[in-house]
Amino acid sequence: MENKLYTFIIYSENVPGILSQITAVYTRRQVNIESLNVCASSTPGAHKYTITAYCDEPMAKMLTAQIEKRIDVLQANYFTDDEIFINETSLLKISTPIMLQNKNVCKIVRIHNAHIVEVNPIYATIEKTGITNDILELYNELNSTGCVLQFVRSGRIAITKDFTEHLDEYLAEREKQRKDI
Amino acid sequence: MAEKITGAEAMMRALEKEGVNTLFGYPGGAIMPTYDALYDHKKTLNHILVRHEQGAVHAAQGYARVSGKVGCAIVTSGPGATNTVTGIADAMADSTPVVVICGQVGVSMLGTDAFQEVDVVGITSPASKWSYQIRRASDVAWAVSRAFYIARSGRPGPVVLDFTKNAQTELIDYKPAKINFIRSYDPTPALNKDSIKTAAKLINNSVKPFALLGQGVELGNANQEVKALLEKAQIPFASTLLGLSDIPSDHPLNMGMLGMHGNLGPNVMTNQCDLLIAIGMRFDDRVTGNLDTYAKQAKIIHFDIDPSEFNKNVKIDVAILGDCKESIPAVTELVDATKHDSWIAGFKPYAEKEYNKVIDKATHPENGPLLMGEVVQKISEATNNEAILVTDVGQNQMFACRYFKYSKPRSVVTSGGIGTMGFGLPAAIGATFGAPDRTVCVFCGDGGLQMTLQEFGTIMEQHAPVKIILLNNNFLGNVRQWQSMFFRRRYSFTPMLNPDYAMIAKAYNIATRTVIEREELNDAITEMLNTDGPFLLQCAIMEEDNVLPMTPPGANVDEMLLEI
Ligand SMILES: Cc1ncc(C[n+]2csc(CCOP(=O)(O)OP(=O)(O)O)c2C)c(N)n1
Repeated sequence: MENKLYTFIIYSENVPGILSQITAVYTRRQVNIESLNVCASSTPGAHKYTITAYCDEPMAKMLTAQIEKRIDVLQANYFTDDEIFINETSLLKISTPIMLQNKNVCKIVRIHNAHIVEVNPIYATIEKTGITNDILELYNELNSTGCVLQFVRSGRIAITKDFTEHLDEYLAEREKQRKDI
Repeated sequence: MAEKITGAEAMMRALEKEGVNTLFGYPGGAIMPTYDALYDHKKTLNHILVRHEQGAVHAAQGYARVSGKVGCAIVTSGPGATNTVTGIADAMADSTPVVVICGQVGVSMLGTDAFQEVDVVGITSPASKWSYQIRRASDVAWAVSRAFYIARSGRPGPVVLDFTKNAQTELIDYKPAKINFIRSYDPTPALNKDSIKTAAKLINNSVKPFALLGQGVELGNANQEVKALLEKAQIPFASTLLGLSDIPSDHPLNMGMLGMHGNLGPNVMTNQCDLLIAIGMRFDDRVTGNLDTYAKQAKIIHFDIDPSEFNKNVKIDVAILGDCKESIPAVTELVDATKHDSWIAGFKPYAEKEYNKVIDKATHPENGPLLMGEVVQKISEATNNEAILVTDVGQNQMFACRYFKYSKPRSVVTSGGIGTMGFGLPAAIGATFGAPDRTVCVFCGDGGLQMTLQEFGTIMEQHAPVKIILLNNNFLGNVRQWQSMFFRRRYSFTPMLNPDYAMIAKAYNIATRTVIEREELNDAITEMLNTDGPFLLQCAIMEEDNVLPMTPPGANVDEMLLEI
């Protein structure tokens, strides 16, 4: 089966040690994590992990099932790019003298809809959000002018296209069951 | 005001609240406050001092497997904890409910490479159902209740509690806790009515149905429910290694054992049935052989409580998630009472072929050295097929599981998923505590027995009535068999120079007898079973015998070798 970039969205309780449990599920099955973002989610008490990795669909299924099996994981799902809105952010530090010398630099920044966050006589910091390709294009173009001093890209964050949050439905359902016990 | 108690004392009360009355353990520095508290609870918490921490976990496993309760082990930090890892991994693979409590250095020392500090949660987390560090005494009641709830519910498994020293000594107002709900963990998923209907329809339309029973049947206490389904629709079945005592061996629908060294009929018929009904089993590679050719002609229904098992190894048609004690009766209700006589009769020629080519030779040799099969069969018969079978790993395990007969549930304790040599002896000790009214027979090889031989000390001290049958072939037999089959008989480090086991048994005050001649066997078995307390029966076994039949690793399930 064909390998694709899948985005895994995982929610867990906010307890220590979950991240290593989750990553261990990937390592054990020889799947490399491409990017990883961990943050408190919009649901109080729940942490959100956004992980991208190349694998085939049966593997994506297995990974989510094995992750969900961990006791403190609330939910795990996998998505293809057309099922979610995705974003990444990046920061580039470029040389101010080169930027002043070479008019193209400013033009590239403008065309790519990037923001200049800070300028001083030595360097300027540029911020660009978008999908991986947009960011890499900007970087490549700027890099060809020789102005890039530093470049960093974040992991992907993603949000589903559904109207409601799966997690909240799940938690509501579970709370009902709690009352029945 | 309520009296203040230590975290260690809280641990004792929490364990008692969970119904624990037997602990297997070994003390050390970081768990001493807890052992001190235990001193005052000796009447209610029977602590069995093992001789190695691996033995503590295996004993807890044996205890759990035969009793259906959660087994409990308690050890110190560092090496004490690392010695439990094999048992934890074994319990994880074989879904055995155990709680392992390890001492840990105080929180102020964590991460400083303190004396006997090991990252226990880090090490055990991937191999356990839940692993948690108790850092405050006030967490004890909650953590223990959660641990037992997790260990025993859903698909059971091992839980580790890493008990820091400060949490053992701090003073708290003890409040009991009762955890029976964790929102991120749903051990009793609701049945899906549609899949129940689909399953029943498939069963009703099937001409050649075949059921595969795993340990899940026993773990779900659904032996009767499964039997009722199979009897109503007259479905022949076979069991995995761990499911052998789900339904008695002599049941007319019981076609035997699955797997690499299972029975010929069930393995061949797996690739001839039109419907495979898997109940509480997980399609291990030792059961399926080559997945590319496994049961491709059949529709597959899979009953399991663990959703991650669906489609993991074998692609299935209907998944029935839930407790089989509920799901099976729901299906039974919708299933027609039918007969499949000619299909069932189709198993017979294979059984006869296997009997003539393999079983008869293995159990009724006329001359030559003793064989494992005959010893096992004789002992099973001598116990009226009512004993608990515990095994170690290797040829002894395969012969024991093949030729023992089972008449009661929870009668087979063997290390299936990870095949841990050294499991047998301590697991058998645990089994004598978990089922004190039953006879416990453990079959070991000369290799495996020596891996946990030190537990003779525990047997001596407890006078644990373990009937140890040493099938001594002077080889690491199972590996030797593979060397003879797949490595041109290059016996690389499998012949073994053995000690005088009778002398060892005597040193531990364990009654013993060695059988070399076939004529002596019956008498020796009688002596063993009539002896109160432990007994070591050593049998001198043919050195280069092979377990048959065999599906070579990676071969098709229906391509079993009957001879080599
Ligand atoms: C802890 C451990 N180490 C190694 C093995 C690999 N192994 C599987 S069977 C076997 C040979 C067992 O020999 P013995 O205990 O004498 O039993 P036999 O096969 O002769 O009955 C070995 C070494 C194992 N399963 N477990």
